[in-house]
Formats: sequence, structure tokens, C-alpha cells
Amino acid sequence: MERKKLSIVCFSGDFDKALAAFTLATGAAAVNWEVKMFFTFWGLNILKKKTGRSLIGSGILARVFNFLMGGKRNLPLSRLNFGGMSPFLMTGMMKKSNVATLDELIDAAKELNIDFVACEMAMHILGVKKEDLDGHVKDVVGVATFLDASKDGHILFI
Amino acid sequence: MTMVKVKLKLSQIEEGDTLDVLLAEGEPLESVPRTAKEQGHRVEDIRKEGEYYHVIIRK
Repeated sequence: MERKKLSIVCFSGDFDKALAAFTLATGAAAVNWEVKMFFTFWGLNILKKKTGRSLIGSGILARVFNFLMGGKRNLPLSRLNFGGMSPFLMTGMMKKSNVATLDELIDAAKELNIDFVACEMAMHILGVKKEDLDGHVKDVVGVATFLDASKDGHILFI
Repeated sequence: MTMVKVKLKLSQIEEGDTLDVLLAEGEPLESVPRTAKEQGHRVEDIRKEGEYYHVIIRK
């Protein structure tokens, strides 16, 4: 049987939107869909190896930018962020309700062999290299390659 | 996430072995057996014990 395909464009670096993207991705992979996640722009922050704030990238502006954006630990909530407090509070609430946290979802996505690909153009602008990103990132690709790999499937933009 | 965990566990056990999934009342009680069947596994039993249900899946 032909497997259904889902490709998710992870544009947002918001904590809650990353949760939505990974919940959908792992849920689809669990029911045997072929899933790809394309990380671009703010979404790249989710996959940085340095999960806190660090000066990565080439050029002063890129370094300052990356420092200000930070990594997975700095993802803001899209509303009611309260200076970065909310994602921590939210993670506590999720654990209490026995719901998977973002870290657990990302680990599950890797175990389910979901393809992670990163956007070449966004990485170029932000001065982020493949080495700066999680080792599960398979390729750095452009829009044409992503679309070709996602044809005959559903594409979601988050 | 329930199905994600079940799928990962099923990938760790051998063909012919069984997995006993403990579930509370709710949506996964429908979706876990259905998905397991769709993926070619056999659901051998669903029984309630106390508050929870045991779903027995043979790989």
C-alpha cells in the first residue's frame, strides 16, 4: 500500500507552534505516514545544537541575531510569553497532565525516522551552518528540492 | 503520543511476540487497536481490569 505523505514547513520558532508541528508529525508517523519536516527561518532555532543563547554564525550581525534568538530553551510562547516564563510553566503543566513535552516529541520524531531538512536560504541569511544544527538534520535543501520531495503529499505551514 | 509510544515499542519487539498496552478510557482505546490492525498486527484481546484497559497486540 502506498504510504500517505505529510510535509511540514516549520517556519515559526514559537514554542507552542513547534509543539503543534511535532505533535502532528509524530502522530502521522505513528500511523505510518511518510513525514518530512522542513525547518526554515525562526524554525531553525528549534534544531540548534546549542540550546541556549550563543554567538553562532559568521559576521557580527548574524552572531548578534543568533544570540538574541537563542535555541530550543529560548523559544517564546506566541502569546502570553511573560518574558520567557510561560514555556517553562507550560512544560510543567504538560508533564502534570501526562502530555509529551517538546523534548520528548523531538526525540520521538527522530526515533520514528522523520526526515529533518533545513532551508538553505534561511541558513545562508542567518549564517547558520549544518554543523550548528542537530545531527538528525539529513540535508540542507532549497524550495525546489523540498517541493519535489513533497509532491503527492500534504504540505502544512506552521 | 500514545500511538507514537505503541509504534516505537512494537518496533522493538520480535515478530510473534505480544505487547500489552495499558490504556485509560478515551480516544486511544479506539485508535490504538485500529491502527495496530491497519499496520498488519493482530489485536488478540481488549479487556478491562479496574480502571484500565489491556490491549494485547501480537506483532
